Amino acid sequence: MAEKTVGKPIKRTEDPRLIQGLAHYVDDIRLPDTLHAVFLRSIYAHARIKSIDTTAAQKLPGVVAVYTGKDVAKIGPVPCAAALPDLKVPDHRALASTKVYFVGHPVAVVVAESKSAARDAVDLIEVDYQELPVALDEEKAADAKSPVIHEQFGTNVAYKLTAGEGDIEAALKSADQVIKQRILHKRLAPIAMETRGVLARYYPGEQELTLWTSTQIPHLCRTQVAIMLGMPENKLRLITPEVGGGFGSKLNVYAEEALMGWISMQLNRPVKWIEGRRENMQATIHGRGQTGYIEIGFKKDGTLTGLRYNVFADMGSYFQLLTPAIPTLTGLMLSGCYKIPAIQINVTGVFTNKMSTDAYRGAGRPEATYVVERALDLVAAELKKDPVEVRRKNFPQPNEFPFKTATGLFYDSGNYQGALDKALKMADYTKLRQDQQTARKEGRLMGIGVSTYVEICALGPSAAMPAGGWESATVRVEPTGKVTVLTGASPHGQGEETSFAQIAADELGVGVNDVTVIHGDTAIVQYGIGTFGSRGLAVGGTAVYLAIQKLKDKAGKIAAHLLQVDASTISFAEGKFTSSAAAGKQITIQEVTLAAHVAKSLPEDMEPGLAATSFFEPKNFTFPFGTHIAVVEINKETGEIDFQRYVAVDDCGKQINPMLVEGQIHGGIVQSMGQALYEEVVYDDQGQLITGTLMDYALPKAIMIPHLELGSTETPSPVNPLGAKGVGEAGTIGATPAIVSAIVDALAPYGVRHLDMPLKPEVLWQIINKKSAGAA
Amino acid sequence: MKKTISVTVNGVTHQNEIEPRLLLVQYIRDVLNLTGTHVGCETSLCGACTVMVDGQAVKSCTMLAAQADGSTVTTIEGLAQGGELHPVQSGFWEHHGLQCGYCTPGMIMASAQILQRNPDPTDEEIRHGLEGNLCRCTGYQNIVQAVQCAAKKMKSKSVAR
Repeated sequence: MAEKTVGKPIKRTEDPRLIQGLAHYVDDIRLPDTLHAVFLRSIYAHARIKSIDTTAAQKLPGVVAVYTGKDVAKIGPVPCAAALPDLKVPDHRALASTKVYFVGHPVAVVVAESKSAARDAVDLIEVDYQELPVALDEEKAADAKSPVIHEQFGTNVAYKLTAGEGDIEAALKSADQVIKQRILHKRLAPIAMETRGVLARYYPGEQELTLWTSTQIPHLCRTQVAIMLGMPENKLRLITPEVGGGFGSKLNVYAEEALMGWISMQLNRPVKWIEGRRENMQATIHGRGQTGYIEIGFKKDGTLTGLRYNVFADMGSYFQLLTPAIPTLTGLMLSGCYKIPAIQINVTGVFTNKMSTDAYRGAGRPEATYVVERALDLVAAELKKDPVEVRRKNFPQPNEFPFKTATGLFYDSGNYQGALDKALKMADYTKLRQDQQTARKEGRLMGIGVSTYVEICALGPSAAMPAGGWESATVRVEPTGKVTVLTGASPHGQGEETSFAQIAADELGVGVNDVTVIHGDTAIVQYGIGTFGSRGLAVGGTAVYLAIQKLKDKAGKIAAHLLQVDASTISFAEGKFTSSAAAGKQITIQEVTLAAHVAKSLPEDMEPGLAATSFFEPKNFTFPFGTHIAVVEINKETGEIDFQRYVAVDDCGKQINPMLVEGQIHGGIVQSMGQALYEEVVYDDQGQLITGTLMDYALPKAIMIPHLELGSTETPSPVNPLGAKGVGEAGTIGATPAIVSAIVDALAPYGVRHLDMPLKPEVLWQIINKKSAGAA
Repeated sequence: MKKTISVTVNGVTHQNEIEPRLLLVQYIRDVLNLTGTHVGCETSLCGACTVMVDGQAVKSCTMLAAQADGSTVTTIEGLAQGGELHPVQSGFWEHHGLQCGYCTPGMIMASAQILQRNPDPTDEEIRHGLEGNLCRCTGYQNIVQAVQCAAKKMKSKSVAR
């Protein structure tokens, strides 16, 4: 009998291939006769293309073809799945034809026998551009006087949207006080360590196209690419081999994916494009990008009365798959983990001469949490109360769940107080505040930041999703008793091969190593949605669980038949079927499986085989939550930040593999540290990308990161039978406000109440050295 | 303009005619088909392409293949010996030192170098040693633990000898 593994930190089954260099990412797949594609991309942020001359490029030895916008006009537009009222949708084609809209906009593609020949040829293409004035800042671009990017719209405003419930005007009027604050969420680059890449192979005889692409959504991508290419979806096979990180940037359908398919169909040869890092910085989606205005109303005792958030959201010049929908997620989560009777968000989505924004780890929700948590800190500072007390005052209590927010959501379950108390205890908060008093007396800049967050995960009910929010699984027990799981939730580092195998192994009473999890091949796996929005385990894992229940039901009937007892007397445990009607008799799942396949003796009218498929449709989102506490000290001489402690207590419901949960939280917190302290996509006033390589875009390195102290509480979700909530984005949602709060708290003696990220040493140094602090 | 080089990679000596501009990582990946070594940034910042050249950890995206003429190179594929994982490899496995796995080969090679130079490093020294290697998934904490675990394994091995 195999040992139960759910809830245990078992080692990942995918790791042996990864630690030995034996895994296959897109660029590791080698097909004979492969051509290589390299793009010419716009060097201007906004320009008219007067002419393109590809003659010299085409003549270079090794070059097979050069394509420009007019050649690929038959490829359909790059899709946007977000549907909003009165949304202005630009016609987004695979290559630019008359105008370029951002630095990195693809203008031409060279296909050659070698990558070096293709790259050489790109340099020989001559484009005559007429530069146009640029619109870059989302707030200024919304102004009527701004240069207009898409002339047909006559404005850069892509859409306006108001959401929320309650009478916000009355709520703010009823407050004892209203605080207003402008707040920035800078653009970030997701930077999956594996850039994007596509290998396409067309089989002219079968008229079938196979695409290997680094994506988080193999099936959705197949559907959309088939539509773009005007080919039958069932003639397109999309394979996601190993995917080297995504963080939302590969939750998309990109022009290059369709284009490689199209080129392979033109040339009847395999063609490969591997994105360079510089291209990745320019032409893979960015995240965040909001300029907002908070108004929060509150009573003298700290009770919140209402919150309004007016936000200009930077779309970039085109829509990618979910671009305009991201700020709507910000709106949904503006209640945070607090009772706020009236909430309103007013979004102005604005085109700018930059790469599209879209989902980056958290996707609109980190912005919401940051807004709410900063607002709570401002309230606490104004009332001279401890920020913890203001939070506690406004929590819904555990018995108030499902909790309805003024953003129209029902939070499934929660114990915000529980997570907060645990984190305060771990950090020894009272002692920390005492230490801070001492530090201030000694002239040291110590700060403590607390963030209590809730996130919306396990996306999600299909009614609330653009293209289905369910997930699929097929579970087969093979004749030899080995178990095969086919999941539609194709992972990219989350370890689903292990966690899904744990679920299957425990349910079927086999070993984890007896289970193989297959994903990411549309020719093998039934239609699925993908891994994003902290949904892999809570939705995809649940589908595995439910498929197994169906399978066990059938296996139980076969067992009853073989044991010659009534099926109602059968029970299954530890891999064996027993009957209450026949003491001492038992039959193993392996024996039943073999019987199901040889099919000599099955119940009347029962189909042979042992496999089941489930398409799990969740009835609600899940709402994980937690408390993060950051303790920092700022060096007055240099403005550098030293983390003294970082404590996080996260509640993601039931944990299948705590080691994987911790890994997700670690990674998320460190991405938050990047956002809070270092990271920012910078375009200059001409729209040139200044942060164009990893030399200029500051990713956190090991030495910049403190040791993280993690704890957890476990409040199961009632939304799925696993009780799991999801954890992939917790770190990027909970951590950023805690870090900023700690730094602001450290600088409170200088009268600082809010600062915008990234909090670089130079920013802090200037504050410290501009004013002479009273306390310092 | 082609140049002939001779390089011993993972114990096997190869002779190839190459373009002078060919990078060592391209030679390893595209000529020898050893695809465990990855390219993450092309500017020597991310360390995904780290290999050992004559016992020194080198970012193979910023070294020419021609410069490796006559050298001995170890890639991630050559780290396990006789079917047994290198202690750094098993440390990464046991401590969940990887998620998507893309930076991992370079991370493991760099970690092996750290322990070669300092068999008993502090966490801080490990973090310093990994400054040239970027990981976007793990937040580094489990990587530090993995290297500590490997250090212990290597120490107990050398004591056993």
